[in-house]
Amino acid sequence: MTELSVSTTAAGHVPQVPLPEAQPKVTVRNLNFYYGEHHALKNINLTLGTNRVTAFIGPSGCGKSTLLRIFNRMYDLYPGQRAVGQLMLDQTNILDPKLDLNLLRARVGMVFQKPTPFPMTIYENIAFGIRLYEKISKSEMDDRVEKALRGGALWNEVKDKLNASGLSLSGGQQQRLCIARTVAVRPEVILFDEPCSALDPISTAKVEELIQELSEDYTIAIVTHNMQQAARVSDKTAFMYLGELIEFDDTNKIFTSPSDRRTQDYITGRFG
Amino acid sequence: MASEHTAKAFDSDLQELTRLVAEMGGLVERMITESVDALIRRDVALGKRVVAADIEIDNLQRVIEERAVLTIARRQPMAIDLREIVSAMRVATDLERIGDLAKNMGKRVAALESDFQPLKLIRGLEHMTDLVLSQVKSVLDAYAAHDLPAAMNVWKGDEEVDAICTSLFRELLTYMMEDPRNISFCIHLMFCAKNIERIGDHATNIAETVFYMIEGQQITDKRPKGDMTNFATTVPGT
Repeated sequence: MTELSVSTTAAGHVPQVPLPEAQPKVTVRNLNFYYGEHHALKNINLTLGTNRVTAFIGPSGCGKSTLLRIFNRMYDLYPGQRAVGQLMLDQTNILDPKLDLNLLRARVGMVFQKPTPFPMTIYENIAFGIRLYEKISKSEMDDRVEKALRGGALWNEVKDKLNASGLSLSGGQQQRLCIARTVAVRPEVILFDEPCSALDPISTAKVEELIQELSEDYTIAIVTHNMQQAARVSDKTAFMYLGELIEFDDTNKIFTSPSDRRTQDYITGRFG
Repeated sequence: MASEHTAKAFDSDLQELTRLVAEMGGLVERMITESVDALIRRDVALGKRVVAADIEIDNLQRVIEERAVLTIARRQPMAIDLREIVSAMRVATDLERIGDLAKNMGKRVAALESDFQPLKLIRGLEHMTDLVLSQVKSVLDAYAAHDLPAAMNVWKGDEEVDAICTSLFRELLTYMMEDPRNISFCIHLMFCAKNIERIGDHATNIAETVFYMIEGQQITDKRPKGDMTNFATTVPGT
């Protein structure tokens, strides 16, 4: 008979196959954020892998949207808010006060909770952003608009009415228009802040499908209150609570056997 | 057990599943005891009752599976909740198999016609049943109490059952060689011993499920094995 020792802790388990390490796209080191006196983010450390979808989950006020808004310096619009620490987009220091914010936001695009199409034609909604950064001919622009609308999985629905107002589209279509508009300027990173919370289930499924497709070309961060959505679309999941990053791991791991009790309580609906 | 869910109905869904598994476990334990009793006492009527009881086990397994699927569909469970539901289904499957094995022993009672009843064999079978029954009881308790060390004891403790099964097998072989009229009886008894041994294997399966439920990972270590019947031979004159 063979001698066997069975431990009940580390040895002898089938480990879930972890995701291979991705090339870091955005690197966050010891990041702190303040709304005036309020310390909203506490010593955050994490990496967004290239072409990975990273989901941020946590109860309201945990700081996940705040973190997202630092990635493209959205907070700069508001006085009294400041970020301290290190935040790198490849070799670019995002927190550098001398950084050209327009260029940063071309590299780091953002899609918001409520669809925000401009009050102009569908075509112009896309072309507007491109013109800010590039001077190109009409035919080139036509190509770019088509490509962007295809990228937003909207082309087939709007190709015959490019001159209709963006506001004439349904909510789900408007959101995909906003995604197309973001994709049009060829960003490297796309931030989604609750992109589906105002959408019906079918539109939500379309946007989720789109996020999967986009991850082949872009690095994606998504904030969502919908845990199932995080489980469906993301490769990595970060759980935040009271301004701290509690757990950051493969989505497969987080939603089947999280390491931290607080993560487990939150995702199983036992919080508070 | 983790604290309560914000949605209280979810807690009662999970509790109901655990309760159904416990109910099924209780019935299965009784089936094991009664099938072996019937065998030893040649009680054909009791054997038939065991066979009939299997229907209830099958029904319970269906109910557990349906409840589990419904809970998954309605609550989209995550982490420990998901593992508990999956585990309930797995334990129910093992219990259903145990029920089948007990039922099979119940069926064999009617076939045991001979008066031949070597006491030593019967004692061996009884001892093996006691061991297996206590394994089944312990592992179901461990499942209900989320008690990992207790489950691991069951997982490691299957060796003795295997060893008894191997020695019974050798003994039965000698009886069969001694007198061909014993063959039919011995073969039936051998199947029964093997059934009991298999019930023990299902108990260790359940222990593995308890491990998965608590730890969130599958167990991979090789379990200690004592069943050597596939190697056992009896050479005449030795």
